[in-house]
Amino acid sequence: MNYAASPVLALRLPLWRSRLLLALIVAGFLVLACRAVYLQGWNNDFLQQKGESRYSRVLEISANRGKITDRHGEALAISTPVKSVWAIPEEVQFSSQQRTKLAALLEMPPREIDKRLNESTSFTYLKRQIPPEVAERVSELHIPGLFQNREYRRYYPGGEVMAHVLGFTGADDAGQEGIELAFNSTLAGKSGSRRVIKDRLGQIVEDLESIREAQNGHELALALDAKLQNLAFSQLKLAVDSNKAKAGAIVVLDAKTGEVLALANLPTYNPNNRSHLSGAQLRNRVITDTFEPGSTLKPFTVATALELGKVTPDTMVGTAAGSLSIGNATIHDAHRFGDMTVTQVIQRSSNVGAAKIALGLPAEAMWRMFDQAGFGSPPRLGFPGEAGGKLRPYKSWRPIEQATMAYGHGISVSLLQLARAYTIFARDGELMPLSLVRVDTPLTGKQVVAAATAHKLRDMLELAVAPGGTAPRARVMGYRVAGKTGTAHKEENGGYAAHKYVSSFVGFAPASDPRLVIAVMLDEPSAGQYYGGAVAAPVFAAVMGGALRMLGVPPDAPLKPLELPPEGSEIKEDV
Amino acid sequence: MARLNLILLTLLTACALALVTSQHQARKLFNELQREQEHAKQLDVEWGQLQLEQSTWALHARIEKIARDRLRMSIPDAKRTQVVLPAERQAEAAR
Repeated sequence: MNYAASPVLALRLPLWRSRLLLALIVAGFLVLACRAVYLQGWNNDFLQQKGESRYSRVLEISANRGKITDRHGEALAISTPVKSVWAIPEEVQFSSQQRTKLAALLEMPPREIDKRLNESTSFTYLKRQIPPEVAERVSELHIPGLFQNREYRRYYPGGEVMAHVLGFTGADDAGQEGIELAFNSTLAGKSGSRRVIKDRLGQIVEDLESIREAQNGHELALALDAKLQNLAFSQLKLAVDSNKAKAGAIVVLDAKTGEVLALANLPTYNPNNRSHLSGAQLRNRVITDTFEPGSTLKPFTVATALELGKVTPDTMVGTAAGSLSIGNATIHDAHRFGDMTVTQVIQRSSNVGAAKIALGLPAEAMWRMFDQAGFGSPPRLGFPGEAGGKLRPYKSWRPIEQATMAYGHGISVSLLQLARAYTIFARDGELMPLSLVRVDTPLTGKQVVAAATAHKLRDMLELAVAPGGTAPRARVMGYRVAGKTGTAHKEENGGYAAHKYVSSFVGFAPASDPRLVIAVMLDEPSAGQYYGGAVAAPVFAAVMGGALRMLGVPPDAPLKPLELPPEGSEIKEDV
Repeated sequence: MARLNLILLTLLTACALALVTSQHQARKLFNELQREQEHAKQLDVEWGQLQLEQSTWALHARIEKIARDRLRMSIPDAKRTQVVLPAERQAEAAR
């Protein structure tokens, strides 16, 4: 058959038909090419994202919370990873044997596990914060529906001794109390994340990008000295127990730098086990509680009078009557010593003497002294809940109020404020700013009284501690000590409770070049003794003696054994 | 001409294979790096735990108790203490 002779071939079609077809095909290709260029060149984000999500993963990088150490680098709070075991109850399947094993590992009765699993169908924690080794053994049981995630737990090796300064963190590793809360932004780490490529075995084969760098929390060195803190705490505990006091507090300041070297409160708690906490245990009495200080404020009255030139240390104050009537109120002295000098008013802690000196002063000058000594405003440590105390404006003072304020009634302060105010006498008239964190460059204080006035007060306060003063039990062998007792009725329901006292002692040593300021307070001592000189002063002496020895401060007094007066024979101050 | 093409083809193949191997090597090394970093992290954790353990053993209260009870140590009293002053302070005291 001769195909070439086919009549079809002889048919001549119009030329435009083949041209049209060609044009259409070319146009089709052009459209495809444009689309391809568009998808791969301009609008490629979406597709790339889809592609990447097939092989790349975003990983969370956890960050550590910073350590807290004492001034010598000893660890006081450390975070370490622990595991939490959680379950999707719907998916949990275990044999009874696995159940008993799991219960034994988690240290909880098998019934408790069933109870937890019945609480919810989608999510329940079986146990939070278990050690990693235990978690490892739990995962070896291969129970479906059981998962673990990593959490951090904070440990406090110092336990109850440091509890009030350090505070603690919650389950989410954020600070809730104390330093942990005050310095949370420094301590907290910021977790980061990065994008990686994983192969089919789940191994990371390539790092694509770092989305956020993980930042570990900063380490924080406190001003606290762990050894000193331990000494202060143990001595306070002895005193609170032997005096059957309701509570107690002590604070040790470095007079040279304003650092808080030790700070302890009783009752206390164990921050590693906080299952049964009461408000009384949590309270940081040194910083957040205020009380009427009593006689410990007399030196500030006398300092005002000395500054204004109204008296000299040897000016006689008419105290022979033993009482002073202002309006229809009367101030009493417990003992009559006849007329006293200003020095003796401090030494024997005479209320009448202090009141008389105060009545010769303008109210404004007294107010300014109290204000500049830091009373009435919080000490700005950055600590949560710092108390400022109560100092009313001088314009509203009546004469009787001015007189009682001279010996520390009608005004309230925190123990920390009181200790800080004594840096004025310990430091040639300068009030130091305080710091809970180690100070590497010395801070400067604010001049409140002249250096000469501070020296005179220092001499008076030394006599208050000598035999013949109110606190011979505050003496420390080998060192010259200066300080003042305070004993005050507790305020209750707007009046003063008859047999409830707050006993305190504030002092510093060595008097020739003061290094430490220590303030001690005992709340409701009820074992018979309640005078500051009998209750608080021995704590001061024990802590001061130990602390000066630990710090290697050279003695400034002859090393002769001290002769203590027989129990109860020292001069009792007025309450 | 044909020979040049052949040479270029071999070169190209060799380069391509080298790329594949080096990529593989890179991934292997990276994986190793990952593992080492993980190890470093674990050591860090362990270090924290050891520090914790150390400070628990070195609690001042515990040391004091052992020193007192087991080693029968005590703080010397005043009669048995001799204070040695630094030279400059001695001169001061003499004056």
